[in-house]
Amino acid sequence: MGWRRRQPDLSMTQSTALRLTGLSKRFGSVVANDDVSLTLEKGEVLALLGENGAGKTTLMNMLFGHYLPDAGTVEVADENGTLHPLPLGHPQAALAAGVGMVHQHFALAENINALDNITLGSEPLLALKRDRRSARAKIEGIIERSGLSSPLNVPVGRLSVGERQRVEILKALYRDARILVLDEPTAVLTPQEADTLFANIKAMTKDGLSVIFISHKLREVLAFSDRIAVLRHGKKVGEMATKDADEKVIARMMVGADTPKVARSDMAPGAPVLKLSNVSVEGRAKRDTLNAINLTVNAHEILGIAGISGNGQSGLANVISGLAQPSFGTISVDGQDVPKPSPGAMVKAGIGRIPEDRHHEGIVGAMSVAENMVIERLDDPAIQTRGLLKRDAIQTNAERLAKAYDVRGPGVTAASRLLSGGNIQKLILARVFERSPRLILANQPTRGLDMGAAAEVGRRLLEARERGAGVVLISEDLDEILGLADRIVVIRDGNLVEAVNHDRELIGLMMAGEPA
Amino acid sequence: MIRIEPRENPSRAFAFGIPILSAVISLAFAAIPLLAAGANPITAYGEMIKGVFGSVFAVSEMLTRATPLIFTGLAAALAFRAKLWNIGAEGQLYLGAMAAVAIGSGVLDISGLLLLPLIIVLGAAAGAAGMMAPTYLKVRFGADEVVTTLLLNFTILIFLQMMLEGPLQDPMGLGWPQSAPVLDQGMLPPLMDRMRVHSGLILALVLAAIAQFMLARSVWGFKLRAVGENAAAARHAGINVRRSLFGVAAISGALAGLAGVSEVAGLKGYLTADLSPGFGYTGIVVAMLAGLSPVGVVIAALFIASVFVGADSMSRAMGVSSFLADLVVSMSLLCVLVGGFLAKYRILRTKGATA
Repeated sequence: MGWRRRQPDLSMTQSTALRLTGLSKRFGSVVANDDVSLTLEKGEVLALLGENGAGKTTLMNMLFGHYLPDAGTVEVADENGTLHPLPLGHPQAALAAGVGMVHQHFALAENINALDNITLGSEPLLALKRDRRSARAKIEGIIERSGLSSPLNVPVGRLSVGERQRVEILKALYRDARILVLDEPTAVLTPQEADTLFANIKAMTKDGLSVIFISHKLREVLAFSDRIAVLRHGKKVGEMATKDADEKVIARMMVGADTPKVARSDMAPGAPVLKLSNVSVEGRAKRDTLNAINLTVNAHEILGIAGISGNGQSGLANVISGLAQPSFGTISVDGQDVPKPSPGAMVKAGIGRIPEDRHHEGIVGAMSVAENMVIERLDDPAIQTRGLLKRDAIQTNAERLAKAYDVRGPGVTAASRLLSGGNIQKLILARVFERSPRLILANQPTRGLDMGAAAEVGRRLLEARERGAGVVLISEDLDEILGLADRIVVIRDGNLVEAVNHDRELIGLMMAGEPA
Repeated sequence: MIRIEPRENPSRAFAFGIPILSAVISLAFAAIPLLAAGANPITAYGEMIKGVFGSVFAVSEMLTRATPLIFTGLAAALAFRAKLWNIGAEGQLYLGAMAAVAIGSGVLDISGLLLLPLIIVLGAAAGAAGMMAPTYLKVRFGADEVVTTLLLNFTILIFLQMMLEGPLQDPMGLGWPQSAPVLDQGMLPPLMDRMRVHSGLILALVLAAIAQFMLARSVWGFKLRAVGENAAAARHAGINVRRSLFGVAAISGALAGLAGVSEVAGLKGYLTADLSPGFGYTGIVVAMLAGLSPVGVVIAALFIASVFVGADSMSRAMGVSSFLADLVVSMSLLCVLVGGFLAKYRILRTKGATA
C-alpha cells in the first residue's frame, strides 16, 4: 500500500489524555503491532483485550518506552490537557509525562518497606537528607483519596500479593501519574481482592486518572471498564463502549470466529484412581510445600484445584508427576502403592502429566516433534530394540499423532521449539492421551493458549473423563475450574479444603483463607 | 543502535559453508602477522600445504598429530552434548597414559594378544575414573565441573611428576623423570613402515563412527541429547538425568584416557611429563569447531593437525617463529565461533532512538 488515508479525528477534545497513532512493531518476521491507533479520555477506564500474542503487552511497552516502535507516534496530555508528542524509547520521558505502568511481575525490593519502595527512584541520588515526612504525607493523601491501603512501614516481603500490587500502584501515583497502565492486574488476586482493586480504580478516575488495563477475563472487563478495545494478530479489530458489549461479541472479536462451547455431561464417579494419604512435601518455597494432605480422585471425575498462585500448587503437581518425593505419606494409583515415586514410576503407574511450563518441562525444544512424542516411552519395544531406536516406527507414530491431534507446524522432523504454544500443548496432549492414562494431571493446561486451543484442551480432558480416567485440574483461572470440574478443592498454604459446591463467592473466600 | 535477531531458518548450505568460509578467513587474518614477520604469505601457505600433503612422511606426521586430537575432541564433544563441561581431558589423558605404562612396562609379561587389550581397557578405565569424581561432586553437591575438572588437571600433572620420580621411574633411565618403556607386545602396531602413524588412528576413527551412530540412533544417545538440551524436560519425561550424566562422564573420561594410551603405546613408548602439548585443551577447540558432532571432530582434528604440522614445517622453511601455528589455530577458532554466531543470528542496524 503506497498511501494511507487518515480520517481527521474530530472527536479529539480537550479531555483526551493519551493518543497513540499508527504504532507498528515487528520482531523479525513477526508483526507484533500493525498500525494501531488508540485514544484514552481523561477519567476513563479502557480495557485492552486480546488473546495471548495479540500484541497487547507490546503496545503498552511502546507507550512506556521499553520498545521503540517501527512507526507511529505517542502523544500525552499535560496538566492543561494539551497533547504533546512523547519521545519514544525512553521510559524516563514516559514517567515524566505522567505515564505509570504496573507490570504483571512486580518490581519491588522485598527487604525495604513500602514507603521507601514508593519513593525509590523519585528522589535525587545525592541528596544529603531525605524528606520522608512530606513523602509520607503525600502517600497518605493518595491512600485517602484512592482507598489503596497498605502498611507503609513493613518490609514489602511480608506483604500479601494484593498489598504489593497496591504498593506498585501507589508508586506510580506518587510520581504523579495521570495515566496508569495495568498489565493483567487480577492474575494473582482472589475474586474479592480484584473487586476491591477495581472499586479503588473507579475512585481514582473521579480525580482525573485515566486507566488502561490489560486482561483476558471477560467478566471483569464487562463489569469494570468504560470502553473496550480488542487486538487480534497485532491489529486493532474493534472498539466499543462497554455498555454496548457482551461476552459473546467480545469473544468473537478476539478470536475472529465463534468459540466452540465445551459440552459437559453429568457422570457418576467410579472407583478411586489416585489416593494421596497424609502426603507432606518439604519444599524450598511455599509454593512447593504440602502439609499432610489427603486427596482422592475417582474414575470418571475431574477434580479442580483452585487457589491463588503460589499456595502449594507446584508441590502438589510435583508429587503427582513424580518430581518431588513426599517426606511423609503414601501415594497409590489404582489401589497400588507407588513405593519409590519418580517421573518414570508415575508414567509406568499410568499417570499422564501435562506440565505447567510446557516450554521448560514439556518438550526438549531442540529435538524433533517426533522424538518429543516418544520421550516418555523409550523402553517401549515398539520404539526400540536392544537399545537402538526404531526410526521408522517413531516417524509413523509421530505422523499418526500429529494428524489425530491436529499438531500443526513445519513437520514432525522439525525441532519442536518451532511450534506455536498451542501446538506444543497439542503435542503434549497427544503424548499423554495416546497412552490412555488412568489419571491425568493437568497443571495450568490452558495458560497462554488462545480460545480455540483452550477449548480443545477442555474437550480432551472431558473425553478422558468419559473414557474412565480421573483428572486433576490445577488452574488459577477459577472460571475454567467452575466450567470443567466435578468437584473442587481449594489449596491454601499447602493445605487442601474441599468446596461443598461450585459457588464462586464461597470459593473465592476460601482461596483468600477466610473461614467459609 | 545495533540489534541482534535470530535467523528464521538457516539453510543447510549456510550451516556447512560458514565453517569453511571461517577457516579461509582465519588464514587471511593469519597473513597479517606473517607479513609482519617479513614472510610472503602466499609462499608461506604454499610451504604449509607442502608440509602437510607434500610427501607420505608429511601426511603421516599430520595423521599422527590428529590421532590424540580425535580422542580428546570426542571426549569434549560427547560431554558437552550433555552440558557436562569436561575441561579435564588433559588430566584424564595422563591418567590413561599412567595406567598404560604401569601395566605395559613389565608388570605382566604376557603375549600381545592379551597385553594390548588390557592396556587399552585399563587406560580407558583410568580416564573414566578421573571424570567420575568431578561428576559425583556436581550431581551430589552442585560443584561446578568446569572448576573441578580444570583444577584436577594440575593435580594430576603433579601426581604424574611424583610417580615419574617414584614408582613409575625407569630404573635404567639414569635418573631422568621418565617411565620404563612399554613392552614391544604392548605397543599399538604402526600402520606403515618407517612412519610414525600408528593403529591408534584406526581406533580413534572407529570410536568416532560408533559415537556418531550411538548419538543419532540409540536410546542412550536420545537420552544424552535430551539431558543436554533440556534437563528439566528430560527429568519430567522420566529420564534418569544422573545416570545419563555418569554414563557420559565415564565415556568422555575413557576417550581422553585413550588419547594417553595411544600416545604412549602408539608413539612414544614411554611416559614423560611432557607427553601432551595440551591435547586435552586443544580437544575442546576441536569439539567446538566440529559443532560437537563426532564426525565433525574427525574433520576438525585433521584441520587443526594440518595447521599445526603445516605451520611448523613452514616456520622451519621460511625462518619465522613457530608460534604462528598457535596463532592460526586460535584465529580459526575465533572465526568459526563468530561465523557460527552469524549463521544463527543476524545483526541489524536500527535508526537512532529519539523521534
